[in-house]
Amino acid sequence: MRGALWAFGLLVLLFLLLPILVVIPLSFSSGSFLSYPLPGLSLRWYEAFFASDFWLPALRNSLVVGTVSAALATLFGVPAAFGLWQRNVPGRRLILAVILAPLAVPAIVVAVALLLAFGPRGLANSFTGLILAHAMLCVPFVVITVLASLARFDPVLLRAAASCGADPWTGFFRICLPRIMPGVAAGAVFAFATSLDETVVVLFLAGPAQRTLPRQMFAGLNDEISLAIMAAATLMVLLSTLLLGAVAWLRRPRR
Amino acid sequence: MTSRRTALLLIAPLLIGLLVGFVAPIGAFLWRAIADDEVAAVLPRTLAALRGWNGEAPPDVAFVALAEDLRAARARDAETGAGGIARAAARLNAEWPGMRSLLPATGRRVTTPGDERAKILSASEDWATAAPWQAILRAGGPYTGFRLLATLDLRRDAAGAIAQTPEDQRIWRGILLRTLWISLSATLLCLLLGYPLAWLIATAPSRAQPWLLGAVLLPFWTSLIVRTAAWMVLLQKEGIVNAALIGLGLLDAPLPLLLNRFAVLVAMVHILLPFMVLPIAAALRTMDPALPRAAASLGAGKLRIFLRVLLPLSLPGVGAGCLLVFVQALGFYVTPALLGGPNDQMLAWFIGFHANRLVDWGMAAALSVLLLGAVAVVIGLYGRLVGFDKVRTA
Repeated sequence: MRGALWAFGLLVLLFLLLPILVVIPLSFSSGSFLSYPLPGLSLRWYEAFFASDFWLPALRNSLVVGTVSAALATLFGVPAAFGLWQRNVPGRRLILAVILAPLAVPAIVVAVALLLAFGPRGLANSFTGLILAHAMLCVPFVVITVLASLARFDPVLLRAAASCGADPWTGFFRICLPRIMPGVAAGAVFAFATSLDETVVVLFLAGPAQRTLPRQMFAGLNDEISLAIMAAATLMVLLSTLLLGAVAWLRRPRR
Repeated sequence: MTSRRTALLLIAPLLIGLLVGFVAPIGAFLWRAIADDEVAAVLPRTLAALRGWNGEAPPDVAFVALAEDLRAARARDAETGAGGIARAAARLNAEWPGMRSLLPATGRRVTTPGDERAKILSASEDWATAAPWQAILRAGGPYTGFRLLATLDLRRDAAGAIAQTPEDQRIWRGILLRTLWISLSATLLCLLLGYPLAWLIATAPSRAQPWLLGAVLLPFWTSLIVRTAAWMVLLQKEGIVNAALIGLGLLDAPLPLLLNRFAVLVAMVHILLPFMVLPIAAALRTMDPALPRAAASLGAGKLRIFLRVLLPLSLPGVGAGCLLVFVQALGFYVTPALLGGPNDQMLAWFIGFHANRLVDWGMAAALSVLLLGAVAVVIGLYGRLVGFDKVRTA
């Protein structure tokens, strides 16, 4: 029984990992076909990636949009999570439903609705519009993660600080924030990763100047697939691994 | 201690931002599913003239009003390029087939005032009958249910009763069923593959656990577009799967593995599987290991322990996993668009198609109502059957 479970489980893990692992060696191919065996190893597709007029800007756009929208989501999400932490807030369930709605509404509905709303206001085909859209899609991750950290924070500490004469601001910044900082940082990383992954909204809302990596990859996959896409994919796997590592490090059990 | 007012003040910026930037745009977009202003914008005088009409022979005032409306609209369209007549004609076509060409053709006959009835009738004798005028009245707004009915392949007949669309024109019920079917298949496949893996992760020795969990988390964190691309590479005609099958002697010639339902499902299961594994593993890990032992000491066999003790305890995780997978599957856009053929596209693709290619926001909105309705039903059912208090994520 136990052996069969291991065999089945490892096969499923292979199914999960193999497609990602297959992409990586292809990006180092010296040939230009998407098949194995590789004719030889080279960095030509990375050179193509960094020399091209659209991949490097796409990488830069992805990083800029991800950073700014994650920062915005954190800036608005952390105070909101702190407010929601008070269980007696009137309408708490409804407020939570609004904040978590971006998780439940299909991306295509968000994309078309925002295109319609942002277009007449000059926000379509602009970085401002794209960043606002991504910040709204990212904010639930910040709120959830910070709420989870706050659940482990003892509110008595805040009362103790207040009794020592600290005003609520000092109490929050000196006592609470340092203790929930790993959660805040993990939320920000989640938000960044969400923006980095987002494809549908950027497809509808962004113009050529705001191409991100996923959008550039989508366009490339619809076209003749070049191995430069595999180089882009490998870079994205690398980025995801770094982000996953960052979150694992932030959430490590500490004594 | 933070008071309730301070708490609300802290929440307010985000809440207001989301209400203005998210809830309002989606509401305004969905409103277009029932808004009906194309005809009223172009034919206001005609609609006014038809008020109080007995529904029999069309009155002369209506002909005069129609001619004036069309002249004004033609002048406006020529000046601004707004295409008002074309949009009104397209809307009227849904009520009375043939209007798409008849309305602009009629407009070309009445460019100069005088003898309106004869000029309009020279475009088509149909204007002497009640039907086109009734169509104008039905499309006069300000609201209509016709798009929402159309998404279920229903329409109103001439008498105003709800009727089935003719069989050869039905499309949307099939696409809704396809969307539900693909999502359900993906959910069941994820459950089938994910439950044993979650079990393994939850019961593995603590040395192995981080590695097993990491092997689920790495694909989970990898971009959806990267994983879709990976499957495009794997499933190509000269791709690795075909090459392996031929190499093993299982195939003589490569199979067409791309642009079909198989490719869409494989990639969707691959992308959604972690959403199934992680909640189930979390539910299993919080289980008290003394429980199965207690059951065994009471004489229960292995199968019985599983069915009566372990399975019920893992059900909250199974419920959360199924909800996460099914709801996300319903809205899939990118993966079917890249890996599927024309018969594998789901509702999301048609929403994008109507918005982007056809610029028919009304129909895109009606289809979005359908999709959001499906999502809401699933979430509501979950809330009823399982409840949201038990949801725990890994």
